Amino acid sequence: MSSAQVAAPTEVRPFTVEIRQAELDDLRRRIAATRWPERELVGDRSQGVQLAVTQELTRYWLDDYDLGRVEARLNALPQFVTEIDGVDVHFIHVRSKHEDALPLIMTHGWPGSVIEQIDTVGPLTDPTAHGGSAEDAFHLVLPSLPGYGFSGRPTELGWNLGRVARAWAELMKRLGYTRYVAQGGDVGAGVTDTMGRLRLEGLISIHTNLLVPALNDPAALPAETDQEQAALAAIKTFQTTGNGYFVEQSTRPETIGYALLDSPVALAAWMVDHDTDAYYKIAAAFTEDKPSGNLTRDHILDNITLYWLTGTGASAARSYWEAYGADAPGAGQAPPPDVQLPVGFTTFPGEIWRTPRSWVEASYSNVSYFNEVEKGGHFAAWEEPDIFTNELRAAFRSLLKEAP
Amino acid sequence: MSTTVETATEIRPFHVEFSDKQIDDLRRRIESTRWPGKELVDDRSQGVQLAALKALAEYWTSEYDVGRIEERLNALPQFTTELDGVEIHFIHVRSQHEDALPLIMTHGWPGSVIELIDSIKPLTDPTAHGGNAEDAFHLVLPSLPGYGFSGEPSEVGWSTGRVAQAWAELMRRLGYERYVAQGGDQGAAVTDDLAHQGPDGLVGVHMNLLRAALGNTSNLPSESDDERAALEAVGTFRTSGFGYFLEQSTRPQTIGYALLDSPVALAGWMLDHDTDSYYKIARAFVDGRWTGGLTRDHVLDNITLYWLTASGASAARSYWEGGRAAALAAGKTPPAVSIPVGFTTFPGEIFRAPRSWVETLYPTLVYFNEAERGGHFAAWEEPELFARELRAAFASLRNGRSS
Repeated sequence: MSSAQVAAPTEVRPFTVEIRQAELDDLRRRIAATRWPERELVGDRSQGVQLAVTQELTRYWLDDYDLGRVEARLNALPQFVTEIDGVDVHFIHVRSKHEDALPLIMTHGWPGSVIEQIDTVGPLTDPTAHGGSAEDAFHLVLPSLPGYGFSGRPTELGWNLGRVARAWAELMKRLGYTRYVAQGGDVGAGVTDTMGRLRLEGLISIHTNLLVPALNDPAALPAETDQEQAALAAIKTFQTTGNGYFVEQSTRPETIGYALLDSPVALAAWMVDHDTDAYYKIAAAFTEDKPSGNLTRDHILDNITLYWLTGTGASAARSYWEAYGADAPGAGQAPPPDVQLPVGFTTFPGEIWRTPRSWVEASYSNVSYFNEVEKGGHFAAWEEPDIFTNELRAAFRSLLKEAP
Repeated sequence: MSTTVETATEIRPFHVEFSDKQIDDLRRRIESTRWPGKELVDDRSQGVQLAALKALAEYWTSEYDVGRIEERLNALPQFTTELDGVEIHFIHVRSQHEDALPLIMTHGWPGSVIELIDSIKPLTDPTAHGGNAEDAFHLVLPSLPGYGFSGEPSEVGWSTGRVAQAWAELMRRLGYERYVAQGGDQGAAVTDDLAHQGPDGLVGVHMNLLRAALGNTSNLPSESDDERAALEAVGTFRTSGFGYFLEQSTRPQTIGYALLDSPVALAGWMLDHDTDSYYKIARAFVDGRWTGGLTRDHVLDNITLYWLTASGASAARSYWEGGRAAALAAGKTPPAVSIPVGFTTFPGEIFRAPRSWVETLYPTLVYFNEAERGGHFAAWEEPELFARELRAAFASLRNGRSS
């Protein structure tokens, strides 16, 4: 499990998180000094993150939350950095004790980080201790996207999804994996979908839990059944009232970056203001102490605190500019070719829209697995790590069996 | 100066006072700013550039005199009065020329009455500013609900249409029976609503932003070079320049946390408006070369006013109200504008509105001109030129003064 057995000689370096007390004190001081707006004028999220939610979140952050958690949780896992294409990439790498395990590179999204995924590490790498069999095991690689968490921030333009996808292929190669699969939701789905299109050497299948082509061009998808029409309507709602953060980050990441670096409450609110389902779940975790699955107050604050302490609000926002912005170097380029690899997809019902099987089949020519699960939303791995794990086992089962 | 028009108890004089504690807190926050890394481009395409905002913060703490706002505003006759449940702050300057034309002028976002106050003298005292007594206006400059020293609405529904109704009541309350209205940006939206509503006493309007074109260009001509250029500029805005607009229209509370808690977040958000004014303001701070009235002090007067009145969230919410009003009005045609309309195109504006567009939207257009310079913040940047435009636009309306 140590890096020595998989690392190329000098390039992969062990990594330990160390946070200085002064940074924690500064964070605390800033939270305590928050200058609040008045309450919103509505009874729902339609004007943004509700005051009662941010006030309870900051109260918990200050009074009950252990700021040492991020360091403790991450340092309990084998972490590394390696320079790829000019950027130091931070990643968690957990090899299964089952040598035949299938190597899996899994990419987090925004406003996420490896924190979203670390509760899947046990079930995915050690299935026999988590209701599975040895044949379900994965060797797991969880990189932090460039500009996120403990990865370096790109100092030049061009880190779009394609460049990240190629960097991940290089990472897997460097780790000695010649036959592997990839998974992702949110921005991670964008990276994973792109990996599939680029036909990277060694990549044999992908699984995503957000249908990237649907967000790019929903009009191209079938819209006849009730399910299809409901999904289309949900995308429209998102693109009408739910994508302010998306457009701002795609066009003016530096501007919003000032807020995300300087004000903890601004950062927390910006991150909590994601899709409707996740928003209300997180809100309920704080205001009613009723977490949904694994989306607990502590877990949510682990993720927000990680963004704060690494100072990555602006650089993470910039990844949207690179991926989706009209001014980015990659804008307007022809889309990469279709995915020909086997594609697995799981619809989590709380996601921004509930993807019908027909849409997955219209998007990918070789759908090897589709399922809709009974619960979970946008942050599927985070909220429901066990269901999520079962989905990956099922989606990749045929490939696991073929493992040499 | 106010006593001549004040009704009995409803209009109260107003005086700005900030506490040292508020000012010290602002300074402390600016000094402890935690900065992001530099953007990766050499232009504004990733947002407000780090060098510009750092220069602004440096000037804010080391050279800027926060007392300026109090001095500048308290030098003017200010009042408050309750309109439709909200306490409205306004500046009211009567011209020495009794026959002056009453004018209510509305600021925009990210503006305030600060944008407008350098136009007060040219408008109310034209003989001292290159004009004649016949050019004089009695001037009313209200702060929009949720902005500056006006109250923050405590209920949903304060669309620009409702603001327009409040303005008509304000003018009535001030005793003005025959008046005109003017505005750019959000102020243009209020003024456009006033024109459509056509309240008693309103005899003409002038605008310097063609707000309807920002939302929908499909019914506008696109044949001439001017028209195509304007169309392209609107397209650019809608593609890469309206993140702030969308966020404020959909999630004002979310961005509000940033605007209340971090001075640099507020300054960054306010600078990130149209391209022309962004570069003018950035240059003012980075190179010390400002354009017209858009000086460092003036820009910081406006930002500091937002900070000290803590109106970032409530001002953003006015965009949300705009979105709600648009949704409610979908499919309905507002009453046609029947009063005379004047329009000035300032060349640096988000798009350079061609006369044909203005005529399409306002068949009662009586005055159109394209000024030789100035941009989105026309009154602020070019107060004298702006005043000349209003004199010219409203000149014909002074003839019927007896009515």
